[in-house]
Amino acid sequence: MSGILVLEQLLNGLGYGLMLFLLAAGLTLVFGIMDVLNLAHGSLFMSGAYVAAEAHTRTGSFTAAIVIAVAVTVVVALLLEVLLMRRLYTRDHLAQVLATFGVILVADDIVKMAWGPSPVMAPTPAALSGPIELVDGLPYPSYRLVILAGGLLVALALYLLVNHTRIGMRVRAGASDRPMAELMGVRVGRIFNGVFLLGAALAALAGALMGPIVAVQVGMGEAILIPALVVLVIGGIGSVRGAFVAALLVGVVDTIGRAFMPMLLRATLPPATAADLGPLFAEVAMYALMVIVLIFRPSGLFSARS
Amino acid sequence: MKSSSRHIGLGLLLLLLAAFPLVAPLFGLEFYIGFVRRVLVVTLAAASLNFILGFGGMVALGHAGFIGMGAYTVVALSDAGVMSAWVMWPLAALVAGIVAALIGTVALRTRGVYFIMTTLAFAQMLYFVVVSLRRYGGDDGYTLTGRPGLLPGLDLGNESNFYWVVLAIVALALWWLHRATQSRFGHALMGIRDNETRMRALGYPVFKLQLVAFAIAGAIAGLSGALLAGGNGFVSPATMHWTQSATLLVMVVIGGLGRSWGGPVGAVVWLVLEEALKQHTEHWHMPLGLLLIAVALWAPKGLAALYKRRLPLIPDLSPAGRGSKT
Repeated sequence: MSGILVLEQLLNGLGYGLMLFLLAAGLTLVFGIMDVLNLAHGSLFMSGAYVAAEAHTRTGSFTAAIVIAVAVTVVVALLLEVLLMRRLYTRDHLAQVLATFGVILVADDIVKMAWGPSPVMAPTPAALSGPIELVDGLPYPSYRLVILAGGLLVALALYLLVNHTRIGMRVRAGASDRPMAELMGVRVGRIFNGVFLLGAALAALAGALMGPIVAVQVGMGEAILIPALVVLVIGGIGSVRGAFVAALLVGVVDTIGRAFMPMLLRATLPPATAADLGPLFAEVAMYALMVIVLIFRPSGLFSARS
Repeated sequence: MKSSSRHIGLGLLLLLLAAFPLVAPLFGLEFYIGFVRRVLVVTLAAASLNFILGFGGMVALGHAGFIGMGAYTVVALSDAGVMSAWVMWPLAALVAGIVAALIGTVALRTRGVYFIMTTLAFAQMLYFVVVSLRRYGGDDGYTLTGRPGLLPGLDLGNESNFYWVVLAIVALALWWLHRATQSRFGHALMGIRDNETRMRALGYPVFKLQLVAFAIAGAIAGLSGALLAGGNGFVSPATMHWTQSATLLVMVVIGGLGRSWGGPVGAVVWLVLEEALKQHTEHWHMPLGLLLIAVALWAPKGLAALYKRRLPLIPDLSPAGRGSKT
């Protein structure tokens, strides 16, 4: 196992982790502040990916595609907020799970009607399709580097917004103790609207960026929703910092599970057993991590509510 | 008076269901014998989830995992050449029950959304375990060698015979579950749902009671998985996908949380709607999704609640109540 391979996998893991963070940040803030469990968050991710793929093919500009994807998804989120989410604030988690699961079904069918049931091609921007030699002997796809850089930049911006601005202070206050924040004059309802739209924008950005390296297809939102929820739970609900740490942890653990566990098994077990167990460890690593964390810290690593 | 009319109603329903395989061919509805059998089996799974969700207040999002455990126990036995229903079905329930007990010991340490997610995580792990079992078909699923044998002279390969056996088992299990909710154990469970701290203060072993309920629900789900596998003659990991768990949850809520008939009503409504919509449109998800949103907004206590008189058994769904909140 060479150092270069490890480095490459680590970069892949970080890239995946940063995308998970973009999803989990919105999810955890909405959940932390309004106590709304929004299963349809993955559908916003799907919306970002589809709109970006379509816009990219039509305009030929990657930047325009991302801007359009984010804008369209924010409008969709606004509609969702006005028509549905508002009515769910005061309901229990079960009603929220039910209603937002319903939104998933509706969203999947709308996408199927608009783009058909088969996956859509999301082109990689031409300027970013070649590899870049990071260190000697490691050509790394430049598009993945852009994802890494973009994810880091957004994470940094979000960190500054949440931790070093007045708005961020109100957001955190709302997340850790809503009634108290309201007593102190924070208009939590209005803050929430902003956070919900911001979360949608982040999800759309993640979808637009991920489009070219994953299959843009119906159900992609559900597939990424579960890892995002795992991140949320490991990090502790309502904590952006927790979501960040947990997202990188999950990204790296998942990639290690996929890349190195099969290798390790092949080296130590009979080939047939290794071939059976390899994929298993790859898929299960993330969930095992979550269960282990919850055994020791039943409310996540950095729960905003203690 | 009220209770006796209820018994007559139930007896009639049972009679109608039992007569269905005899009457169906007269109307050219043979196809629906298999469908009704499937609905009966899912009804059982939904009722077992309602037992812990509605009566126990445990929002478990991994119930399909236990159904899968039961189904794959049948697969393993069939693969090993064991085809006796007397071995297959109890063992399926036992395996699923034991797995549920093991998962419960970890999951029940957490509360609220963390509990939802832990049960989901374990179900996902079970899902990937069966996907990786190449001997049992992996991703593609496994075709059983035949229907299990129950009694000499009773051919379960015959669709009607199998239907009646399933009907009998489901009716018995539902009746038993109903009795369990009315027992001291069931009342203690509801007490925990409504106020855990108080029950603990009264000296009830809260964790143990919840664990036993969780294991029982898992075992019954396993039994339904075994019946499902036997009936379809085919098992695939898709049975255990998390969206299946979510669908079961949806059925219970649609039917009515914590009502004896909640699970069955929800399962019947959901499956019949799904079947009917599939015949009319390719886009059958959307109306179901809209129905879900409508139920969540306007009938949070489920369809059963629209008809029945108010019982003190209904869990409080408002944020002020204990519900599923932490």
